Amino acid sequence: MLIDFIILMKQELIITVIIFILLLLKIGTDISNEKILNLANGLLLLNLAAGFVGNQQGMLFNEMFLTNPLIVLEKNILSLGTLIVSLQSADWLKKHDHVPEFYILLLCTLLGMFFMISAGNLLMFYIGLELSSIPLAAMANFDLGKRRSSEAAMKFIMSSAFASGLLLFGISLVYGATGTLTFSEMAGHITGGSLQVFAFVLLLSGFAFKISVVPFHLWTADVYEGAPVAVTSWLSVISKGSVLFAFVSVLYTVFKPMAATWYNMLFVLSVLTILIGNLFAIRQNNIKRFLAFSSIAQIGFILVGITGSSQLATASVVYFVLIYVFSNLAAFGVVALVSAVTGREQVSDYKGFYKTNPVLSWVLTIALFSLAGVPPTAGFFGKFFLLMSGAGKGNYVLITIAALNMIISFYYYLRIVKAIFMDANEQPIERLIIPAYAKLAMVICIVGIIVTGLAGYVYDYIHSLSFGF
Amino acid sequence: MSLSILIILPLITAIALLLCNGLRQVRVVALSGAVVQLIYAFILLVAYWQQRAAGDQALMLFEEDYVWFTPLNIHYHIGADGISIAMILLTAFVTIAGILVSWSMEKLNKEFFFLLTLLSMGAYGFFISLDLFTLFFFLEVAVIPKFLLIGIWGSGRKEYSAMKLALMLMGGSALVFVALAGIYFNTQTVAGEHTFDLLQIAQLHIPVEVQKIFFPFAFVGFGVFTALFPFHTWVPDGHSSAPTAASMFLAGISMKLGGYGCLRVATLLMPEAAQAYSWIIIMLATIAIIYGAFATMMQTDLKYINAYSSVSHCGFVLLGIGMLTKTAIMGAVMQMVSHGLMTALFFAAIGMLYDRTHTRQVAQLGGLLKVMPFIATVFVIAGLCSLGLPGLSGFVAEVTVFMGAWQNAEALYRIATILACASIVVTAVYILRAMGKVIMGPLQVTDSGSSLGNTLTDAGWNEKAAAAILIIGILAIGIAPFWLTELIKQ
Repeated sequence: MLIDFIILMKQELIITVIIFILLLLKIGTDISNEKILNLANGLLLLNLAAGFVGNQQGMLFNEMFLTNPLIVLEKNILSLGTLIVSLQSADWLKKHDHVPEFYILLLCTLLGMFFMISAGNLLMFYIGLELSSIPLAAMANFDLGKRRSSEAAMKFIMSSAFASGLLLFGISLVYGATGTLTFSEMAGHITGGSLQVFAFVLLLSGFAFKISVVPFHLWTADVYEGAPVAVTSWLSVISKGSVLFAFVSVLYTVFKPMAATWYNMLFVLSVLTILIGNLFAIRQNNIKRFLAFSSIAQIGFILVGITGSSQLATASVVYFVLIYVFSNLAAFGVVALVSAVTGREQVSDYKGFYKTNPVLSWVLTIALFSLAGVPPTAGFFGKFFLLMSGAGKGNYVLITIAALNMIISFYYYLRIVKAIFMDANEQPIERLIIPAYAKLAMVICIVGIIVTGLAGYVYDYIHSLSFGF
Repeated sequence: MSLSILIILPLITAIALLLCNGLRQVRVVALSGAVVQLIYAFILLVAYWQQRAAGDQALMLFEEDYVWFTPLNIHYHIGADGISIAMILLTAFVTIAGILVSWSMEKLNKEFFFLLTLLSMGAYGFFISLDLFTLFFFLEVAVIPKFLLIGIWGSGRKEYSAMKLALMLMGGSALVFVALAGIYFNTQTVAGEHTFDLLQIAQLHIPVEVQKIFFPFAFVGFGVFTALFPFHTWVPDGHSSAPTAASMFLAGISMKLGGYGCLRVATLLMPEAAQAYSWIIIMLATIAIIYGAFATMMQTDLKYINAYSSVSHCGFVLLGIGMLTKTAIMGAVMQMVSHGLMTALFFAAIGMLYDRTHTRQVAQLGGLLKVMPFIATVFVIAGLCSLGLPGLSGFVAEVTVFMGAWQNAEALYRIATILACASIVVTAVYILRAMGKVIMGPLQVTDSGSSLGNTLTDAGWNEKAAAAILIIGILAIGIAPFWLTELIKQ
C-alpha cells in the first residue's frame, strides 16, 4: 500500500519534498541567492528526470487520485516547462530579496496542477485548481516595488475567484443532477438533460476563464502586462497547459454522452477566440500584451483540436502544449532578458534588434515562426495535427475559418520579425550578454522546437498513450 | 540513386554557410553547393533515362518511402517522374545563376545565401514529394525565406511587398491545407486507413461530389502561387521590390510551385472536378494572359514590365492545365520550365543594369548596347524568348500549349485559345518597345549624371557565367525540344 502510494504519487511527493527543503533553508540558514538558484534548478532537473522513471497506472484514495502513462507524460511536460521558466528567471531573481518564497509559490502551483490533472473526482479537481491559482496571485505581485504588478495580482485574484465561483456552482449542480462527484460513476448518469447542460455551461465558463477563451479573456492582457515576465510566461504556458489537460480529460470522460451539445459550444467559442485574439494582437504595442493576445488565439486553435474528440485530438492537444512550452518560452526568454537588462518592453524597441543581438534575434524569430506555424519548426506540425483532428469531424467550415485565421496570425508575428530585421532604429537595444542559465534554457527550447516536430517519434509516442472516442 | 540527397545537399550547404566567415568564404561555399546540386541534377537525368531505356515502366522512379507519423499514416515519400526531373533541373539552373548574380552582395551576405539555399531546398523537396503532407511541408518551407529576402535586401516599398507576398502565399497554402484535409478524410485504403499518398489517392478515386467541394480550394490555393487572376497582385510588388536573386527565384521557381501543384494535386487527384470547372480555369487564365499583357504595356519600370509579363506567361501554364488535353498539359509543363529560365535571365539582366545605372526606368535609359554589349545582348535574348521567337524556349512551349488547346473543340475553348494567341502581339509590342529604348539610340543614363556614361562597365565573369548558364538552358529547349518532350511524356 505504502509502496503503491509512493510509486503512483512520485511526482507530487518530490515536489512536496522540494518545497520543504526550500522552506527549511529559508527559515534555518542565511544562504545566498546564487546558491538557492543553483539548488532549485538542480532539484527541478531531478524532478524532471524522476518523472521518466517508472510509468504506472493506478488509482488512490477511492478514485480521488488517478494516474496513467498519459498523465505522467503531461506532468513531465509541466515539469519541463517549470525548469525552463526557472532557468530563465534566474537573472531576474538574482537581485530579488525573496528567492525561496518565489520557488515555494511556484512549486505550490505546480503541485496544484499535478493534483488537478490526476483528479478522479470533481472535488479533488477543484482543490487542485485552487492550489494552482491562489499562489499565482502572489507571484504576479512579485515585482514588489511596481504598482502595475500589484494591479495585475489584484485583477488576477478577482477574475480567478469569479471563475472558481462559476466552477463551484457548476460542480454543485452536477452533483445535484447525477448524485456523484466521481468521474467514472458520473459518466453513466449524464443524459444531456437541461439541468446538466446548464451545469456544463457553468463548468465550461470556469474552464474558459482559466485558459482565457473569448469572451472570458478580458483579464489576460492586463495581468500579462503587469506581472513580472517570469510569471507571465508561467501563466501563459504552464498554467494554461495544465488546465487544458484537465479540460480534455473531463470533457472526454465525464461529458462524453453530451458530445453533440458541447461540440457546438466549442465550435462557436473556438471561432470567437481565434478571431478576437488575432484581431486584438494586431494592435498591441507592448510585447507582453502582444504575446497575451497571441496566446489567446493559440488557445482557439487548441479548441479546434479539442472538438475532434478522437484519440488524435487528445494526442494533438498534448503534443501542441509540449510545442507551445518550447516556442512560447523561447519567445518569453528573450523578452525576459531584454526587459530585465534594459526595462524595454515595446514592440518598437525591437527595431534594429538584429544589428546588435543577432543570436537573440534568431531565437526570437524561430520562436515566433513556431508560434505562427512555419515549417520546419514544430509549431507547423502542432497546428497541422490540431486542425486535422478538428477536420476529422467533417466540419470543414471550422477548418477553413481556422486556416484563414492563420493568415492574420502570420501578419502580426511577421510584424515583429520585420521590426527585428528590417526597421531602422536610432537607439536599438544594446548588445546583451546572455547569462549561462538563460542560454541553457534557450538551447533547450530551440532544440525542442526543431526536434519535436521533425522527429515523428514524439507524436507517435503521445498518440500511443492517448484516448478518445 | 537517392533523391533524398537533393534535400540533404542544400541543407549541408546551408549549415556550412552558418559556419563561414566573410563574403569570400560564404560565396565559395554557396557556389560549390549549387554546382554540386546542378551536377547531381544531371546525374539524376541520366539515371532516369537509363532506367526508362531499360524498360522500367513504373509511374515514379527512385522512390523512397519512410513512415513519418504513424497515427495519421503520414509518410516521407519521394520519387520522380519526367516532370519532376525537369523541374529539378530548372531549380538547379536558377539556383546557381542566382548565386552568381549576387556574387558581390555586401549586406548580411551569410544570411542572404543561407536563405537562398533554404529556398532551393524547399523547391527540390516540393518537386519530389509523393506524399501530400511532405509536399505541403516543403511548399511552406519555401515561403518565409522570401519574406526575409525581400524585406531585408529589397528596394522600394520592400516591407509592404514582403508582407503582401508572405500573406498572400500563406493564404494560398491555407486553402491548400483545407483541400488536403478534405482529400485525406475522403480516402480509404485497403487497410481501412486514410492516406496522404499521391499515387494511392490517384487510384482510389475520390467521390465526385467531394471533388467538387475541394477542387476549388486546391486549385485556387496553388493558383495564388502561380498568379492566378485575381490573386496575382503580389507578383508585381514582390518582384519589383525583391533583390535580383530573389526575383529570379520568385519568378523562376516559386511561381512554378503553384503550377506544379495545380497539375499534380488538383488536376491529377480530382480529374472529374477539373473537367467540371475547366471552363472557369480557362476564363481566368485567359483574363490573366490578356490583362497581364496590357498591364505590361503601361509599365515604365523594367522590373514591373517583367513582373506583369510573368502574370501573362503564367496564364499560359494555367491555360494549358485547364484545357486538360495531353498536349496542352505537356505545353504547360514546358512553359513552366521555359518561363522559369527566361524570366530568371530577364531579372538577372535587369539586376545587372540596375547595379550600374541605378535606375530601372525605361525612359531614363538608352543606348546601352554601346557601353555594355554583353548585358545588352542578354537582355535582348531574354526579351526575344519572352515574345516567343522560334529557336528559343518560349516559342516551343507556347506553340505546344496552343496546339493542345486547339484540340478542344468547344466554342469557349476556341475563343480562349484565339484570344491567348492574340496576346502575343501585345507581348511583342511591349518587349520591342522597351528594348528599343534601352538598348539603342543615344547613350542616356539620366539619373546618374552624364559623366557616368563612360564609367559604365560590362558584365563581370560571374554575371557572364550566370547568363550563360541560363541561355544554355533556353537554347537547349528552343533548338532541340524533343529531349524535354520525351522527358515529360512519360
